[in-house]
Amino acid sequence: MKHTITIFKRELVGYFSTPVAYVFISVFLFLAGLFTFNLGGFFERGQADLRPFFDFLPWLFLFLVPAISMRLWAEERRQGTIELLLTLPISMTQAVLGKFLAAWAFAAVALMLTFPLWITVSVLGDPDHGVIIASYAGGILFAGGFLSIGSCISALTKNQVVAFVLSVVVCFLFMLTSLPPVMSMLNGWMDPVLLDAIRSFSFWAHFQSITKGVIDVRDLIFFGSLITFFLFTNALVLDIKKAN
Amino acid sequence: MDTLIEIQNLTKHFGSLTAVNGISFTVKRGEVLGFLGPNGAGKSTTMKMLTGFLAPTSGSIEVAGHSVLDAPIRAQECIGYLPEGAPLYPDMTPASLLRFVAAIRGMSGSSMRERIEQVIGQVHIEGVLHQSVETLSKGYKRRVGLALAILHDPEILILDEPTDGLDPNQKHEVRELIRRMAKDKAIVLSTHILEEVDAVCTRAMVIDRGVVVADGTPEELGARAAHHNVVRFSLRNASDAVEDELRDLANVVAVDRLADTNGKKCYQLTPLNRMSIVGEVSDLARTRNWEIEELVSQPGRLDELFREVTAPDVPLSSSESANTEPPKGEEVSA
Repeated sequence: MKHTITIFKRELVGYFSTPVAYVFISVFLFLAGLFTFNLGGFFERGQADLRPFFDFLPWLFLFLVPAISMRLWAEERRQGTIELLLTLPISMTQAVLGKFLAAWAFAAVALMLTFPLWITVSVLGDPDHGVIIASYAGGILFAGGFLSIGSCISALTKNQVVAFVLSVVVCFLFMLTSLPPVMSMLNGWMDPVLLDAIRSFSFWAHFQSITKGVIDVRDLIFFGSLITFFLFTNALVLDIKKAN
Repeated sequence: MDTLIEIQNLTKHFGSLTAVNGISFTVKRGEVLGFLGPNGAGKSTTMKMLTGFLAPTSGSIEVAGHSVLDAPIRAQECIGYLPEGAPLYPDMTPASLLRFVAAIRGMSGSSMRERIEQVIGQVHIEGVLHQSVETLSKGYKRRVGLALAILHDPEILILDEPTDGLDPNQKHEVRELIRRMAKDKAIVLSTHILEEVDAVCTRAMVIDRGVVVADGTPEELGARAAHHNVVRFSLRNASDAVEDELRDLANVVAVDRLADTNGKKCYQLTPLNRMSIVGEVSDLARTRNWEIEELVSQPGRLDELFREVTAPDVPLSSSESANTEPPKGEEVSA
C-alpha cells in the first residue's frame, strides 16, 4: 500500500511537471464547452440540468482518455525507465495500481474542472444536484474503465501512437455495443440472451443508467470488475514480457 | 568470505536466439567481478536476470540467500542496480528521483535526508540537484543512476557500464568509489574498458555468445594470453651468433629481431607455453659476457586474451577490426 502511494505520487507530480497536463486539461475543457453549448443546445433546451454535457462526455473520453493512458507503460519502455521501476523492491500489482490510480486521479481532476457548468445551471435554474453528483461519479467510473483498458494496451507496446489507436478502437467497441443502430443490426438474427450479454458490456448503457441519478450496484460491479480484469491483465502482460 | 550471488546454469532464449547459455558462477563478499565480452555477448541479459527484470528460461539465481525467481522483492531489497544506459525519468530532478527511490527503499525523515546528502556527496551531483534530468549531460545522468543504485547501501551492486560516458577524471572517481565500497559488498560490473578491470576488479569473467570463456583474476587471465612472459632485450656490440645461441635455449620457441636502436640489437623471445625464461636468458648473457642494455619480461595483457578467447567471426565494423593494438584505456569492442 505504501509503495502504491509512493508510485502514485511520483506519477501524479509527473503529469503536472510537463505541459502534457495543461494541454490536456485545456483541450478537454474547451471541447466540453463546445459540445455542451453548441452541439448540446445547453441554453436552447431551457432545462436546468447537465444532460447536454454528460451525453457528449463518452465521446470526449473516447479520444482523450486513451491520450492519457497511451504513455503509462509505452513511455516507460521507450525510455528504459521500466527497468529502473521494476527492479525496485515492489510488486507488479503495486506498480500497475500506482500508475493507474495516478492517471485516474488526473482524469478526475480534469472532469472536476468542468464545475463552472454546474455553477451555471445552479444560477440559472434549480437543477437536481443528486443527479449531477451521480453523473460526475458515473463519469469518473467511465474514465476509469477506459483507463484500465488503455493501460493494459500500453503495456503491450513501446510505441505510444500504436497504444493510442488500439485503445481508441477497443474502447469504441465497448461503447458501441448498446447504440441503437448496432443493436438493431444484431437484433433479429442473434440469440436474445447473447444480445443481452453484449449489451451488458456496454459502457454507454451503464453510464446512462447512472446519469439518470440512480447508482445501481450492478453498474458499480460492472465498472469495478472491468477495471480489475484489465489491470490484472496489465500485470500479466508485463510478467509475460519479462519472460520474453 | 560468504557467497552473496550464486548463479547456476542460467539460460535465456529470445525466440530462437540463445542470449545466455548455461552460465554458472558465484560472487563472494569483497569481490568485484568484471564482466567482459563483445557487444551482444549476454552481459546485460545476465544482469537483467540477476536483478529480476528478465525471467530466465532456465537456471537458478540466489542473491543474499533469496531466490530471485521465487522471492524477487526480498532479493531486490538487497540489490542496487544501475541499468544499461542509466535510464531515469527525464522530467524529474535528481533530488526528486533520490527521494522517490529512498521512499520505495523504506527510508524516511531525517535518516533519509542524511543518506541522500551523503550519496550526493559521493557521486558529486551537488550542482545539478534541482535541474530536470533531461537537461543533464551523459556523465551526470550516469552519476545520478549510480546514486540511486547505492542509495540504500546494498550488499550487492550490479552496475552495467558504470563509467560509460564519463570523462577520465570522473571515471577515476567512480572507480575509487567502487573500490571503497568493495570491502563489504559483492559487486558485479560490466565494461568494455579493459583497463578498468585491472583498476577495480578482483576477478574478471569473459563472456562470449552466452558462455563464460575465461574466468580468473586479471593477472591470471593476462597470464593466459599468448604473449605472456615474452622477453624483449637489447645488446650492445652483439655478434650475429647471438641470435642462433638464443634460438638454442631449451624453452624458447621463437626469436624475432626487432629494429636496431642506436647500434643496439633488439630481440623478442617467445617462450614455450608462456613459461618464464628471463632467468635462462640472463644466465646465458652472463656466461657469454654480452653487454645487456635492457632486459624485460612482459606479462600478458587482458586485451590480448580478450581477442584470443572471444569469437573473431562476430560481425565487425571496419573501425573496430582495424583496432588490433588498442592503446591502454581505449575501448575494445572487437
